[in-house]
Amino acid sequence: MFRLIAKRLLQLLPTLFFVSVLIFSLQQLLPGDPALVMAGEEATPEVLAEIRARYHLDQPLPVQYLYWIGGVLTGDLGVSMRLRAPVGELILQKLPITLHLAFMAMFIALLIGIPAGVVSAVKRDSWIDYLVNVIALAGISTPNFWLGIMLILLFAVNLGWLPASGYVSPFVDLQRSLATTILPAIVLGTAIAGVIMRHTRSAMLQAMESDYVRTARAKGLYERVVVWKHAMRNALTPVITLGALEFGVLLSGAVLTEQIFSIPGFGKLIVDAVFNRDYAVVQGVVLITACTYILLNLLADIGYILANPRLRP
Amino acid sequence: MRNYLIAGTVGALALAMTAGSASAESTLRIGLAEDPDILDPTMARTYVGRIVFASICDKLFDIDEDLNIVPQLALGHEVSDDGLTVTINLRDGVVFHDGTPMDAEAVKYTLDRHRTMDGSFRRAELTAIDSIDVVDDLTVQLNLSSPFAPLVAALTDRSGMIVSPQAAEELGEDFGTAPVCAGPYRFVDRVPQDRIEVERFDDYWNAENVHIDRIVYVPIEDSTVRLANLQSGDLEMMERALATDIPEIRAADHLELAIVTELGYQGMTINVANGPDAENPLGQDANIRQALNLAIDRDALNQVVFNGEFFPGSQWVSPENPWFLDEFPVTGRDVERARELIEEAGVETPIEVDFMVPNNPEVRQVAEVIQAMASEAGFDMQIRVVEFATGLSEAEAGRYQAFMLAWSGRPDPDGNIYSFAATGGPLNYGHFSSEETDAALDDARTATTFEDRKEAYQRFADIWLNEGSVLYLYHRAMMIAHTDRLKGYEQMPDGLIRVVGIELD
Repeated sequence: MFRLIAKRLLQLLPTLFFVSVLIFSLQQLLPGDPALVMAGEEATPEVLAEIRARYHLDQPLPVQYLYWIGGVLTGDLGVSMRLRAPVGELILQKLPITLHLAFMAMFIALLIGIPAGVVSAVKRDSWIDYLVNVIALAGISTPNFWLGIMLILLFAVNLGWLPASGYVSPFVDLQRSLATTILPAIVLGTAIAGVIMRHTRSAMLQAMESDYVRTARAKGLYERVVVWKHAMRNALTPVITLGALEFGVLLSGAVLTEQIFSIPGFGKLIVDAVFNRDYAVVQGVVLITACTYILLNLLADIGYILANPRLRP
Repeated sequence: MRNYLIAGTVGALALAMTAGSASAESTLRIGLAEDPDILDPTMARTYVGRIVFASICDKLFDIDEDLNIVPQLALGHEVSDDGLTVTINLRDGVVFHDGTPMDAEAVKYTLDRHRTMDGSFRRAELTAIDSIDVVDDLTVQLNLSSPFAPLVAALTDRSGMIVSPQAAEELGEDFGTAPVCAGPYRFVDRVPQDRIEVERFDDYWNAENVHIDRIVYVPIEDSTVRLANLQSGDLEMMERALATDIPEIRAADHLELAIVTELGYQGMTINVANGPDAENPLGQDANIRQALNLAIDRDALNQVVFNGEFFPGSQWVSPENPWFLDEFPVTGRDVERARELIEEAGVETPIEVDFMVPNNPEVRQVAEVIQAMASEAGFDMQIRVVEFATGLSEAEAGRYQAFMLAWSGRPDPDGNIYSFAATGGPLNYGHFSSEETDAALDDARTATTFEDRKEAYQRFADIWLNEGSVLYLYHRAMMIAHTDRLKGYEQMPDGLIRVVGIELD
């Protein structure tokens, strides 16, 4: 087992190398000169030359790559050109915020999606089923930025119950933290809830028609027990997979939602960096995201092997 | 289990809702349109950063509502008859946030830092300074290599912000992470993209006029959300409201609006000599450029896109500016004359123009209105929307025929025109070049009186406004909205937010 994990970790190295080259070179394809953007209104030739020299932009691409990867290998992700702050520090600052928001959004998504999916499967083709479906579709198809602004106008401007935007850490002030994150979490959560509801519904429909459910009913169990204990447990497997995938998406930054609610998370960091051609930040964020995905993938693989002895070597 | 979950959620919601918008005593929260860059006056380069500097870093001089240069850390200045030395007298008893004295040595140290530090963006403004002498504790003398009239105006902005030498030595390149200046507020903390906090500096030289304990700058990029925060009481003030939001702000009982014409301008740069893309009728023939100029109805443009809240323009400064040349007023539209000019030039219509436009909703709308107006005179403006960074590179490389360009503006007219029109100027994207205009621009720099400088600009304009590579369109209204609990706020023409003298009920 350990040998296997070690082998898989070794296999990661070429993948990571490939990812790093890809990140670096794709970025170079972007039109636009980072030195020009950075110099802005002060773009004299001397200033431009100095910026290029300072960030090695005047060197050939392979050399620039070596500068960068050399830093990465020694734990230095570089310095943001725009903020003059270490990229590693910026990422450490933003990651907990995005994680916090992702957990809240997921919580809301599951809280709505699973019961709604189960109910609409059990009451298939009834008015409840149709109603839940319409709401789910609305959740999926409502643009985040629109829903976000509407919620802000309703809860912050008209009712005055919640702050309009911003972020407070739960370790600083739990109540304010909840107040600032609840609306963005609802925006993100409801969109995912629709997807989860649809998947729960179809998995439940399948489960409800299976033999063991018929057996459970034949034993004379209450319908409530049949649905929630027997059918749902089995129907949850694909939903958990889906949830994990959606969680990964949330972690890579809910760009629009973070923008609207002015939440200083991953999404805002990367968008600002791309627009300002802040290469080091873009590279750092994408590299960390890629690593997270690769590691999650590895964990899933290990999980399969643990669960299924037939996959062991 | 489920019941606990539901109860927990309901409880959490209730808790969240009661959090409301309670604010601490005497904290002013200001919504910014962007997250500022580094807070080091030597290395900073964004407009939004200057708004934050207004509370942290005092400058040698400031401007008043009529663009006069008034004292701040300096009490006054004298220019020698030959224009080669500028003597600056400093205010006595001023200290930096770290308690060290703001004296002539500190001024010399800071100006030298601006002039020589690696990564400084201030060099171009201070390039005329040859050396700096400390005459006594409160007097510095700037020795110039040639007379340079715009110098003192540059000292009303970042070039004139004096930093604590002790802190600058200690922090070096990281000075911007904890700036120490001599402004009314002291830097406390910054979380990038989230907030910048400053607190009142009790030993400020003008402390009796500083009434608010704490200021928090909050970057909120979406203007609708920024306004929503102001309406809900989560902000007391916001900068750069949209023209389309003005009716709503005026209608709100508890909100007030401060409007001022920007120091900069919005215009269209024409590629006249920057690479092969300049080789077309618009780039080669000044009369065709005049035809395009005449085809544009600036009043209608202002009405359609900006609800009439902006200011039509015809020069690099607005009509309210003392440097505006009355001989070149904002004229109306004359499509007939435009068509005549094209016909006289013997150019076939429609004249195709590759019209590069930054990806910003308002500017895109402006471009569409211009496209419609110009088509009536015989132009086929083909709008190409590019993202900001791409646009800059394309402009620099000359891959465009017309380009929508914004300039934030400087108090001295030189800052609005020299780099754009002088041969080889860094922002002269059209590569316009003429010996006469270069000479006139240089005269405007070395002349020492207002009249002489204006006369030089007059000579420059005679050529530039008829044959040059920029068509001036309009000047934005800088709109600062704030709650009516905020008293005593006065808007200066640079659009920045000055925090001395304001009170919060």
